[in-house]
Amino acid sequence: MAKGGTLINVLRYIGRYWYYLIVSLICAVVYSLLSLYVPILTGDAIDMIIGKGNVNFDGLASLLVKMAVVVAVAAIAWWIMGLCNNKITYSVIRDVRKDAFKKIQKLHISFIDSHSHGDMVSRVIADVDTFADGLLMGFSQLFTGIITIVATLVFMVSINFKIALIVVVLTPLSLIAASVVAKATFNMSKKQSEIRGKQTAFIDEMVGNLKVVKAHSHEDENMEVFDEVNDELKKCSTKAIFYSSITNPLTRFINGLVYAVVALSGGLEVISGVISVGCLSTLLIYANQYTKPFNEISGVVTELQTALACAARIFELINYREIVPDDDDAYVLDEVQGSVELKNVSFSYVPERKLIENFNVKVEPGQRVAIVGPTGCGKTTIINLLMRFYDVNDGEILIDGHNVQNITRESLRTNFGMVLQETWLKSGTIRDNIAMAKENATLDEVIAAAKAAHAHSFIKRLEKGYDTVIGEDGGSLSQGQKQLLCIARLMLALPPMLILDEATSSIDTRTELKIQNAFAKLMKGRTSFIVAHRLSTIKEADIILVMKDGNVIEQGNHEELMARNGFYTNLYNSQFES
Amino acid sequence: MKKILVYLKEYKKETVLAPLFKLLEASFELLVPIVVAAIVDTGIKNGDKRYVMYCVLIMAALGVIGLTCSLTAQYFSAKAAVGYSCKLRRVVFSHIQSLSFSQIDELGTSTLITRMTSDINQIQTGVNLVLRLLLRSPFVVFGAMIMAFIVDVKAAIIFVVIIPILFVVVFAIMFLTIPLYKQVQKGLDGILGKTRENLSGTRVIRAFNKQDDEIEEYDEKNEGLNRLQNKVGSISNLMNPITFVLINGATIILIYVGAIRVDEGILETGQVVALVNYMSQILVELIKMANLIVTVNKAVACGNRVSACLDIPVEKAGKEDDETENSESSSDNAVEFRNVSLAYNNSGEMALENIDFAVKKGQTVGIIGGTGSGKTSLVHLIPAFYKATEGEVFVDGKNVSSYIGEELSDKVAIVMQKAVLFKGTIRDNIKWGKKDATDEEINEALELAVAKDIVEKKENGLDEIIEQAGRNLSGGQRQRLTIARALVKKPEILIFDDSASALDYATDAALRKNLKQLSYNPTVFIVSQRTSSIKHADIIVVLDDGRVAGMGTHDSLLENCEVYREIYESQYRKAGE
Repeated sequence: MAKGGTLINVLRYIGRYWYYLIVSLICAVVYSLLSLYVPILTGDAIDMIIGKGNVNFDGLASLLVKMAVVVAVAAIAWWIMGLCNNKITYSVIRDVRKDAFKKIQKLHISFIDSHSHGDMVSRVIADVDTFADGLLMGFSQLFTGIITIVATLVFMVSINFKIALIVVVLTPLSLIAASVVAKATFNMSKKQSEIRGKQTAFIDEMVGNLKVVKAHSHEDENMEVFDEVNDELKKCSTKAIFYSSITNPLTRFINGLVYAVVALSGGLEVISGVISVGCLSTLLIYANQYTKPFNEISGVVTELQTALACAARIFELINYREIVPDDDDAYVLDEVQGSVELKNVSFSYVPERKLIENFNVKVEPGQRVAIVGPTGCGKTTIINLLMRFYDVNDGEILIDGHNVQNITRESLRTNFGMVLQETWLKSGTIRDNIAMAKENATLDEVIAAAKAAHAHSFIKRLEKGYDTVIGEDGGSLSQGQKQLLCIARLMLALPPMLILDEATSSIDTRTELKIQNAFAKLMKGRTSFIVAHRLSTIKEADIILVMKDGNVIEQGNHEELMARNGFYTNLYNSQFES
Repeated sequence: MKKILVYLKEYKKETVLAPLFKLLEASFELLVPIVVAAIVDTGIKNGDKRYVMYCVLIMAALGVIGLTCSLTAQYFSAKAAVGYSCKLRRVVFSHIQSLSFSQIDELGTSTLITRMTSDINQIQTGVNLVLRLLLRSPFVVFGAMIMAFIVDVKAAIIFVVIIPILFVVVFAIMFLTIPLYKQVQKGLDGILGKTRENLSGTRVIRAFNKQDDEIEEYDEKNEGLNRLQNKVGSISNLMNPITFVLINGATIILIYVGAIRVDEGILETGQVVALVNYMSQILVELIKMANLIVTVNKAVACGNRVSACLDIPVEKAGKEDDETENSESSSDNAVEFRNVSLAYNNSGEMALENIDFAVKKGQTVGIIGGTGSGKTSLVHLIPAFYKATEGEVFVDGKNVSSYIGEELSDKVAIVMQKAVLFKGTIRDNIKWGKKDATDEEINEALELAVAKDIVEKKENGLDEIIEQAGRNLSGGQRQRLTIARALVKKPEILIFDDSASALDYATDAALRKNLKQLSYNPTVFIVSQRTSSIKHADIIVVLDDGRVAGMGTHDSLLENCEVYREIYESQYRKAGE
């Protein structure tokens, strides 16, 4: 996305809080000007103190009172500015995250499938943080920085033009020095993070697979590689850290020089009677402060760039194409018979790679469809199409004669019961997880479902039974137990059509046998699609879809397919000869 | 903590010199206001331009010396901090590599990785900052106060009062916010978890039409985080305005007191200017110090974690002790389990109980059972990945715990359940099995593992780079390569821990055929859930809930072992009809 587009997006979010923004800006101006006025007052006050017996106490008192007021007002302005900035930052963060999350629910599944989840999570979490911090803090710093620089210049010129000129001429020195160091640092840091990345990847790999390493007695070799990278990192890191720590002393030194020159020229001007001692003191304080906003601003620019880059990543997510919403007059599927027909269906995930073409199959209510094929042949594609996670490119899918495109997604999905190979549980209680399929399910219903899925016995043994809270992605449950819970979900809802994707792959075969019996009961009278590995399921199926390389290459029942002596026959023989 | 600080010893010189030079720099900085006072009170008062120039030259000289000192200090501290952290990282890595399997289970690898990476980085930052600032900041703060005393005792009282107040304010705000920031982090983790969960569960959530409920739950967490952030923000937002008021208030009082002292003839104008300058130096350093303490706090927490990791004792696998020395098994037996029980980490629950069987050299053993029945635990005892809680395991007639060094791992090759490959060429990966394997040996192993076609399909053959975690290979390809990695070793004992699960039946069958023809005739253990994979084994061990439910050949088990029959029938019954 273009930078301009990102900026507009960002401004749209900030714009909701424009009143806070305006207050913040006003306060920034007030605070910057007043805090710069303080040194002038200090200088004036010093001028009231001339020597022994020569102090203008009346003038001093009124100046000091004025100073107190100025300081108080500046502090209040600063405080309000901070509050406003916090409010804006945190609100924008919240809004962006909220929209991002909402988006995730509506994103086209292809986006979620094709992007790493870790990457997307880091967009919603880390990028939003960096973006908000960088952009808003950067913005307010930039603003106060510029005001400070301009105002300081004006104040200095008003005190003494010559000295102001000297300061203006000398400041770039500090900037140049800082940028030279910054460049060297940047290169070194880049190299450092490269090597560090290399090392982290190595650690990640070796420690993450420590058991394999130990099983191969590969520790010594690892140590050698580690030492090599570690030494490289040491050399590079020392330099990177040293370079980056030069900046402060160096700018401090140059500021010191500027300070000294101001002291010199100012001192001479005082002697010549052009300015007062108080003015000199004011100038010295300014000379001390003047370069600070410059350094800050140069930092702010990089920060803003990072923030914009992060924002671009977030908005890529937020502005990504949504699924087309259901038509207002979309059909609500009810009282389903369960006939499913795929007519001339063509589909591919990417246009360059054709998958399913002109596929036709008609499934009568209550029939069983087995989808078979070698691993990675795209068996889940059919599921994606039936559940409308993806839409067909061409042709149509009809359920009870209704084109799925014209059925509301909600009613379509309610009528399918699905158990996927990858079991997914949400963090929450076991009861919540089972009850996902049916809101307001009573505990008795949940227990009945769990019993039907043979999950009751292990749930019962957990310390808190159905109220046991399971962590993210099932936490401490075994893969098999997770699968049983997913099946229990299905048992609770009992939808008229079923989709089972290798649903029992992680359950030992004896438990599986019990579940199969439950499934058999469940499937009776229900149209079901089963991604099948087990021979019995395949042989009993009314229709077998044989898939290879993403396409359905054969279909028919077991006898028909065996008679054909094609791919299925091969597959069958290779699986069951021993 | 002590345990990890020891490694700083190598950088003794640097750790002393860095703060020392920092102190020098700070001292020179503290002299500047005095020089300015001299300019005002002597140079300007007497109209002595030469004196003013002389003073300015001194200031410039102070600047140069200060810069030199500070650069020296930065260099030493960078060197010490980086050197130290690299050393520490090496020690920790080496220690982690020496942990036993049960310790790895207990700790979890992800925490170990965090220790090695972000924790140690944090420590490095901590050490670096401590060396640079821990002495400097208090020195400047108190130095400024002392200089104020030198200028004028009465005026310096203001410093004595204001410094503790500033301290209290800065640290009170800091300590109020630290626990709140931790809560914010927790809140953030909460929405992070929710986001991740929703990404991995999109299909299920959409299938159950739960999108709106999820959004609602998320919003609740998000709002909670927002409230918390505003709360912390409003506290830490007080820091700047309050310190600003305090310092400037003190300055106002200072000027007034100074004015009285000047009026009395005790002080001169320039000295008042110097006092005001000292006042403004304090604030900057105080803020730095507050930040330093936050960083040090974090570094100490990380240090404790790293130190705790180093405290884990190394379990010596190859320890000889008399008790085990005495018992020996017949050397005809490749492997013997003598009444072995295993409990992980003293959890009390037995993963294996009373396992007792012997395997003759060259035999093939099938191990079958449901999930969680202890199949993997059993084979992991052979290469002594875990120590038997009770009983003894013998390999080649010798108790496994009396093997020293790599003696045992040279005899045994195991193909683990999860096929793990490492970044590097295919050749490098296979060489994990045998360090000096020739290409010929590698090709032979690949052929035996039915993996030849993987290499042949690749443009660079054996030099093809495998990405981290073998991402550029399919599950089945990875599995076949890990099998080749084990075969290249030509071990006496070969263990396949359910390692053909991603292979289709045809490949699985071809692999088994190849294994039978191995010239060196190894003893083979095959763990599987499929009866077809182990059907032809010489001995089949049937496990059920950690116990042996039956042992024998396929036919005898079918007859005598109910568990085995059930497993077999669940896979074959209907097919066989």
